[in-house]
Amino acid sequence: MAWFKKARKPSKSSALAEAPSRVPEGLWVKCPDCAQVLYNKDLESNLHVCPKCAHHFRISASDRLRALFDGGQWTEYFANLTSNDPLHFKDTKLYKDRLRSTINTTGLKDAVLIATGRLDGIEIVVAAMEYSFIGGSMGVVVGEKITRAVEMALARRQPLLIVSCSGGARMMEGALSLMQMAKISAALARLDRARLPYISILTDPTTGGVTASFAMLGDLNLAEPKALIGFAGPRVIEQTIRQKLPEGFQRSEFLVDHGMVDLIVDRRSMKSLLSSTLRFMGAESSPGEPPVVQTTDAVEVET
Amino acid sequence: MPPDLLDFEEPIGVLLKEIEALSMLPRTGERQLSLDTLKRRVDSIRSDIYSKLTPWQRVLVARHQNRPTVLDYVDHLCTEFTEISGDRRYADDHAIVTGFARYKGEPVLIVGHHKGGGGDTKQKVYRNFGYAKPEGYRKALRAMKLAEKFRRPVLAFIDTPAAYPGMESEERGISEAIALNLREMAALDVPIVVCVHGEGGSGGALGIAIGDWILMHEFAIYSVIPPEGCAAILWRDSARKVEAADALKITAPDLLRLGVIDEIVPEPPGGAHTNHNVAAALFDTALERALAAVSAMDSPTRLEARYRKFRAMGNIGIDGL
Repeated sequence: MAWFKKARKPSKSSALAEAPSRVPEGLWVKCPDCAQVLYNKDLESNLHVCPKCAHHFRISASDRLRALFDGGQWTEYFANLTSNDPLHFKDTKLYKDRLRSTINTTGLKDAVLIATGRLDGIEIVVAAMEYSFIGGSMGVVVGEKITRAVEMALARRQPLLIVSCSGGARMMEGALSLMQMAKISAALARLDRARLPYISILTDPTTGGVTASFAMLGDLNLAEPKALIGFAGPRVIEQTIRQKLPEGFQRSEFLVDHGMVDLIVDRRSMKSLLSSTLRFMGAESSPGEPPVVQTTDAVEVET
Repeated sequence: MPPDLLDFEEPIGVLLKEIEALSMLPRTGERQLSLDTLKRRVDSIRSDIYSKLTPWQRVLVARHQNRPTVLDYVDHLCTEFTEISGDRRYADDHAIVTGFARYKGEPVLIVGHHKGGGGDTKQKVYRNFGYAKPEGYRKALRAMKLAEKFRRPVLAFIDTPAAYPGMESEERGISEAIALNLREMAALDVPIVVCVHGEGGSGGALGIAIGDWILMHEFAIYSVIPPEGCAAILWRDSARKVEAADALKITAPDLLRLGVIDEIVPEPPGGAHTNHNVAAALFDTALERALAAVSAMDSPTRLEARYRKFRAMGNIGIDGL
């Protein structure tokens, strides 16, 4: 492990340029906002939020689940689903190879984790997106897993949380990726009619087809501070209007100002806010001990 | 070359010029004979070219300036069209047209993108080239809720390059507008027939394209991203658009095979833009049958079938189901 790894400063205008995840590695890390040098262990125990300036580092889906579930315990579902490259897509390299190498480096099979567990005693279903898996892009596997998560929430009559962190639909799966927007939204229509809570948490970045479908459909849309949230990418808009975008355009604060997000929530207070809002929506703590659950790398359970 | 011809139709161009020259001369039996021969050759070459269009060539046909618009189809196939306007929130978006009409004498709701095709530049600017803003999607939803209230089926016409990627779209919540349409159309309790008749440009197209039966014109395209955009991102060179168009599988036969659409609507040889009458007649046949089929179902059955249709999309690409 390196002694010191500098986190890449996110480019101000371009989400696409910052392809490498900003999940910090190494023993020490420098905050890209305030330049404070931080001990990684301290950063970890602070949920990857800079103690000095509250910069929110991007975190992995499993760190996200750890931060949300009681005792850091959950059961993962549908982890075996993988894309079979339905288009036989090839750009500068084969999508098949891209998939294989991403699966090897991340240890995940696609860009979302589906889990159940308890949040402050409330049984919930969570879908957490993983940015390091091809930019968190939504292809057929992400679409199917999130749809199953919605249907699971419906069947168990439990609240649903989706934590978005995605560049949008996955180009390499073409129109099939586009249709995942429709598929998930159709399932959310049923959840909505069944009067079950759905809270959408938007993190940096949430763009494209993910924003234009489930991420904007929460009973509450919550955002982490300063997250990039939008439909068209900043570069595309700049090309359309032929001028630079103003500072803070498409950031969480901008979305709250324009009425699209309910609240900006610091990651460190997210869990308690979720607990109280879920209770407002009628959720209750489950009695007794939680059912036997495995930690982190739980076994597959089909419903 | 006549301005309506596309680059790859060049062989026809030469013949058309010859025909034009010949028909300006005084008519004789012999000239008439060679005119007929030339016209037959044009038809046969055109059929030949259109029988093996590449994906990128289909993009050019789908974007053709004379391709029939939603209002052309309404003119040909409907009566009593009454346009309705505005989202009752902010503005009226001319890139999406909504209105009441009668199709085969029965009331239907029309909703469709309009790129300003067939018109001059002023027309196109008025329609914002078919790039709809949030108010367009909200107008469409308002109109569709009226259809639901009065139990009238919806006919949705898809032809847009994309949702408008500008600042005001983001400020007024383009994502939320599209997202809400996806959710509400999935549960809208009336028959919906969708037809992708031109350019199905990603989320901007999908925002009014949820329905019980998805028709797609033979030379239309439907894509998650324009080939130029895809090439710019994945190849870092927008000139690779031809390869991107191929890789993205955006043609009607590809999408039928992938289960994204239900049926292909044939076009006249040479594309819908060459003959609006024939294009409308061919569309009429498919539309009438589709509308009758989905209208025959009772509500719960139809809504369940709609859910199952979209629920299954993409499963062809998953291992381990």
